[in-house]
Parts: sequence; C-alpha cells; structure tokens
Amino acid sequence: MDFPLPEVTDLSKPYWEALQEGRLLFQRCRCGHAQLPPRRECTRCLDDTLAWEAASGDGAVVSFVIYHTAHHEAFRDRIPYNVAIVALAEGPRLITNITAPVADLRCDMKVRLAVEREGGFALARFAPA
Amino acid sequence: MRGKAVIAGIGHTAFGRLERDTVSLNVEACRKALADAGIPKDTVDGVFVKTPTSQKELMYGQKLSAALGLQPRMGCALDQGGAANITGLMLAALAIEAGQCEVALVCYADNPRSGSRAVYARPRGDDAAYGWFSTVATYAMIHQRYIHEHGARPEHFGAVAVNNRTNGAGNPAAQLRKPLTIEQYLAAPWVVEPIRRDDCCLVSDGGAALVVTSARRARELGVRQPVPILGFGQGQTSLDLTERDVLTTTQARVSARTAFAMAGLGPERVRVAQIYDCFTIAALMTLEDYGFCKPGQAGAFAAEGNLGLGGALPLNTSGGLLSETGMPGLQLVLEAVRQIRGAARLQVPGADVAVVSNQGGTMHTHATLILGN
Repeated sequence: MDFPLPEVTDLSKPYWEALQEGRLLFQRCRCGHAQLPPRRECTRCLDDTLAWEAASGDGAVVSFVIYHTAHHEAFRDRIPYNVAIVALAEGPRLITNITAPVADLRCDMKVRLAVEREGGFALARFAPA
Repeated sequence: MRGKAVIAGIGHTAFGRLERDTVSLNVEACRKALADAGIPKDTVDGVFVKTPTSQKELMYGQKLSAALGLQPRMGCALDQGGAANITGLMLAALAIEAGQCEVALVCYADNPRSGSRAVYARPRGDDAAYGWFSTVATYAMIHQRYIHEHGARPEHFGAVAVNNRTNGAGNPAAQLRKPLTIEQYLAAPWVVEPIRRDDCCLVSDGGAALVVTSARRARELGVRQPVPILGFGQGQTSLDLTERDVLTTTQARVSARTAFAMAGLGPERVRVAQIYDCFTIAALMTLEDYGFCKPGQAGAFAAEGNLGLGGALPLNTSGGLLSETGMPGLQLVLEAVRQIRGAARLQVPGADVAVVSNQGGTMHTHATLILGN
C-alpha cells in the first residue's frame, strides 16, 4: 500500500539510516544544545558545529491525540490510532506513536524506544516503559 | 500613538458557500467598508491584505490593488495565518503615523468552503509517516496537555462553544445559526480526540475589510463614527509543537502585554472581548494569557457563565469563528467596532473598551487589538 514515507534529504539521511539499525539520533551542538528536527545550524548559538548523538531511548509522553478518521488510506485500518509527542531524556521532542491501546495512554507516562518497520522504513515508535 | 489612528469603516461579504474568487470577495468587502466610512476610493493610498489560507498566490497584494484600481503608496500581502489581520491593521496605523500613507484598506478573503480545504487536512511533513495529519490534530495535542495540567473538564471547553453558538444563533449574517446545548456538545463525535465537533470553527467563504486612517484625517473627511485604536501588539511563538517547552501558554502573553501597555489600561477595564476561537482551547488559553483568568482557570470561568452578555466578560458577541464565519479573525475586529460604536446586535451596555485577539498556525502567531472611546 502507498504509505506516506519520509522524504530523506542529505540532512536527514543519517537519522533514518541509524533508525534502521535501531538507534535514535538527535543533534548535539558544540555549545551543548540538543535538538530535533535536524537543521544545518544550532537554534541556540546559530553555529554549524552539530554532530549526531544516540539517544538513550528513554522518554515521556508530553501529549497525545487519537484519530477516529483517517486522512490517508494507509491509516484506515488502524483507526483508532494515536499520535504522541515524546520528550527524550536528553531534551529533544518528536512526533511518534505509542505502541499501546489508546485507553492506556496518559500524559507524562514513561516510554522507551521501540523501533518498528513500515514500508521499508524504520520508524521511532515508543512502548510503555 | 494611543488613539491617533482610527477604524473609519467596516464591511463584509455574505458568509457561507459563495463560489467566488477571493479577489472579488475582497473588492466587495472593501467597497462596503469605504461606503460605511463615507470615504471615496481615491483617498486610499495603502492596501494591507492577508493572503488567502487555502491557496497561496504570488503577488497577491498587487492582484488585489489592480482589481481595486489602486496604485497604493504603501502596503503588503501578509503571511501569518489569522494574526495577519491585526498585523495588517497595526502596520497600516504605523505607516499612517510615519506619514507613509493616509488612508488604508486592511482586508482578507478566502473560499475554502466552495474551493479547496486540503490545507486543513494536510500531512505534517515527514511526520505523516506516524499518521500526523491535519490542523485539528495539532490543536488537539495542546487541548490534551491542557486537560492534563489543569484538570479541565469537557464542560469547560463546551461552555465556550455554547456561548459563541448562542450569540451567533440570532445573527442574520452568521453562517451557522443553530444554538448548541452542553448536552449536544458532549454527545457530538470526536474529530481528533480530545477535540469534539463543536470545538472546531466553521469552514467558510467570505471576505471582510477595514478602513484605517488618522483621527485627524477622519475628521477632515467627515467620518461619522471613527473608532479609536488604543493599543496593539504581537507575539510570535514561531516554534512548532515539538520545539515548545510548554504547550499551554504562548507569546499571546507578550502580545497582550504590549497592547495593554500601549493603551495605558489593563484587562480589568475591558468590557467586551472578541477572542479567536478557531478551537475552544485557543479561546481558553487566550483568556489566561491575556490576564482575564489565572492559568488553568478559564474553563471554570467560562462554565460559570462569565462569558454571556450579562457576565463579567461578554465574549464573541456575533458568534466568532464557531458560528458567524470560520474566516480567520477579521469578523472579530468588525464586531469590536460595532460594540464601541454602540451598534452591535447584542450590544454590551457601556462597552467603551474592547479587546480582540487574532492568531495563526497552531498558535504560531498572535496579535492583539484594543479599541475604545
């Protein structure tokens, strides 16, 4: 099935390749700032001295929503499905899914990285810790 | 600058499904605003237009000025989502004060109801792989966190929807003239949980316009009911949701603080509020960020009946985005003008200070306007 796959760019390629190996990366600047999504420059010091760093995989749910209708055919048979914001222990936050029944979801719940494959891609999902 | 610029005239098209292009809707709104002001078109030397949300067009400001038969000295097309309306007004006021123009049109029109509403359901970049689609979902993310932090109840959000729908029900210009009970609110289906159907604004075709000029020029031109602009401000949250440390407050705070400081008054002096209600969560957070309520208290404030006509802070007296029209924000300015003129259908007695909020994106932008006598 046609799946809305990420558009891999020169900038994001290391991120998606690492996920294929089960590692979630974020950017760490020489100034100490940690960030996602990846950018060419650090949003704190504006320098371009960013390097990739592997996240521990620990995080917490900031918030979540539940879709009862699908905006794309790939999600039609997954309804109701959740989309969440997870804050990594290292600071950066990302859009993700929690691999748990929607009734079990809570803000601030502890979660752990659980990479899953989708259409040849590895996605950074999270499971209850 | 307090009170040196005025809104001299207001105009709007019908709201609903109109099957017309946005330039035509803008022209109709501008024609009506000029007629309301009693000012001839030839005096206009500024045009500030918010770009249509549903379809991006290059050089939109020039397409509109050409259709208006104008070659303005000053103006621009603004891309800030809903905040762009008040931003356009403030840029017009600043330009007038600086002598860059004398009489400005500030306007907006869009046609997502008869045209395309795809922009509101769009995939959110690479995160579409996680099923992250639509504008509603982004507000639902904030709504959920607000419930978690403040223990807000569904009835708290519902109180805003019921209030605004009640106000719009008798408005002959409103697109949705159907009052809502709290029971109906609670029984309606999820759009994206925790957002219910009636938490969401309408999708509307329509246009609106303001004529802005200096108080002095308005006197010279014989404008009958100029409404003084007491204060304005902006705050640009800018960050996407995942880059915000906190989801339940925004730079709306800065916007309001700037506007109140310029007006030389505080929220306790406001007699009527027109607050951007694209989703009920936006209205509740704005009431808190503006200082009408403490953080987490706006829901209870609404549920206790404070937003009604006889309440402490009458809100969205023509129905807002939830009832009058889903147009992103200019209708709120028009209603504030009517309230200060004493000519609103649901007139708040003695309404001498009105506040208006506009915002865009998922609270990425914010602008505040204070009008008064």
